[in-house]
Amino acid sequence: MKKDSGNYIVEVENLTKKFGSFIAVDNISFKVKKGEIFGFLGANGAGKTTAMKMLTGLLNPSSGKAIVAGWNVETNPDKVKLNIGYMSQKFSLYDDLRVNENIRLYAGIYGLKRSEIKIKINKLIGELGMENLRKKLVGDLPLGWKQKLAFAISLVHEPPVVFLDEPTSGVDPITRRQFWEMIYKASSEGTTIFVTTHYLDEAEYCTRASIMVDGQIKALDTPENLKNRFEVDNMQEVFVKLARG
Amino acid sequence: MRTILYILQKEFIQISRNRLMMGVLFIMPFFQLILLGYAASFEVKNLNIHIVDPDKSSFSSDLISKFSASSYFNVKNLTNSHKLAMEDLEKGKVDLIMEIPKDFEKDFINGEKTNIYLSIDAVNGVKAGLANAYAGMIIKDFNTDIFAKYTGRKISLPIGITWSNWYNKHMVYSTFMVPGILVLLVTMIAVFLTAINIVREKEIGTIEQLNVTPIKKSQFIIGKLFPFLLIAFFELSIGLIIAKLVFNLHYEGSLILVYSFTFVYLFAVLGIGLFISTLSNTQQQAMFIAYFIFVIFILMSGLFTPIESMPVWAQKITWFNPIKYFIEFMRMVLLKGSTFADVKNHFIIIAIYGVILNTLAVWNYRKVSG
Repeated sequence: MKKDSGNYIVEVENLTKKFGSFIAVDNISFKVKKGEIFGFLGANGAGKTTAMKMLTGLLNPSSGKAIVAGWNVETNPDKVKLNIGYMSQKFSLYDDLRVNENIRLYAGIYGLKRSEIKIKINKLIGELGMENLRKKLVGDLPLGWKQKLAFAISLVHEPPVVFLDEPTSGVDPITRRQFWEMIYKASSEGTTIFVTTHYLDEAEYCTRASIMVDGQIKALDTPENLKNRFEVDNMQEVFVKLARG
Repeated sequence: MRTILYILQKEFIQISRNRLMMGVLFIMPFFQLILLGYAASFEVKNLNIHIVDPDKSSFSSDLISKFSASSYFNVKNLTNSHKLAMEDLEKGKVDLIMEIPKDFEKDFINGEKTNIYLSIDAVNGVKAGLANAYAGMIIKDFNTDIFAKYTGRKISLPIGITWSNWYNKHMVYSTFMVPGILVLLVTMIAVFLTAINIVREKEIGTIEQLNVTPIKKSQFIIGKLFPFLLIAFFELSIGLIIAKLVFNLHYEGSLILVYSFTFVYLFAVLGIGLFISTLSNTQQQAMFIAYFIFVIFILMSGLFTPIESMPVWAQKITWFNPIKYFIEFMRMVLLKGSTFADVKNHFIIIAIYGVILNTLAVWNYRKVSG
């Protein structure tokens, strides 16, 4: 059953994931408002990726509940998948397909009509300024272009929420900046952004940010409030204070 | 349904862009069939023989000329030294030695019994057995000939044999081997390419992206298996054409039957490929498992060694070998003209095999883990 989610696009209650005796995600609860850019921060191994995998239906929770885009991830994973976009740090387009072929494939998988797909391909390529690269194999594109294309493709079916797992890792500062401009644009068009990153300066761009330490969410607020609360100048120091306990 | 079409489109584009793979797909059938069809022969011909003839009589030269006239023997050396002959045998220059005794002709004329001595290199038991049998036959012929010549009486044995060869009249080895090699070709394409193709998506991480889309397990699997089903059929067709044109194979049975069985068979072996892919995380692992299974499958398929001569427990293992059934089927239908009624069991067994393997593979392939 679809739950009327009101103002929230993601609702997590007591979500836990255990691998044997190791607790990767320890009883976390939080809500993400529609339209916000939600930063999901934490050191490597803090449990971010595991939590994200549960939210996107790749991994079943050990206990607890998560509602994404109105659907329970455990009982209706297929509905969840239809209503989210996802882009992982592991680069996930097909290198041996052309730019337009990659877009066509994912648009087709998400059930867009043939005529819609044609329009979509032209629109995306136009917005990205990739007209000259349209027939290029994705494998021949520079990393920055690939990442922008991957983000655009994760939005191809116009999902209400998109999950970005370390989307900017490994790219140069200019591309990172362009990438965040794309995120803002998508956000301004009403898409909720759920983003993990280990660049803490990027946390400043988020509407709200949560910080995970050892499987638990230790803090969740606007960057401004977090800095005030810990009496520091930037998110980097908030993070260091929290991680030290 | 439309989703599958997009996945198929992607697979075909990717396969067609993979130059190496396309090369292998087109060249492999020619190479395997033509090379192996001619080379993989167990017929023992051209056995090298060293003949020691200290007698040097018209008798002994008659016998020797019988050997040199035979296509089974190649008279490599003719001396009168036992020592030289043994050297040749030890160095592997000859496969056997025939020693004619010194007073061969004289003894015979005097009515005394005389013996010819054969020494055979028996490292390869089958070859040694055949060498012995062929030489025995020639010597026996020679025996009856000279007996008749010198006594004027014909030896007639009470029981004679008349015989005829069925199904492969002229006992051409390639006729026997080519259908089996065709089976290997089709199986290799189906198992290796399927396994590698799926594992490749795991290796480069694209499978994770597909797993967060609404693609169903069945759509993904069909999208992956169908292209290789088509390719395997294509390879079979090329193979059948080569077999006909190059090896003059005459197809006794129905080709429709062959294609129908191939369809069921491919369902089973594509399942093996799929299953291997669910067990492996890298292409290397997949190749390793596939090779392991393949070597056993091939050597226990009856292609090179008859299953009947395996120990009973090993014969039982071959019941689980799909290649064995396909080779049996091909030999029966293509060479003997067997009909559906004759190969019904083959159909049933391979169909069950396919259902079990695919169930196992699909169950093992998970979109959601934990």
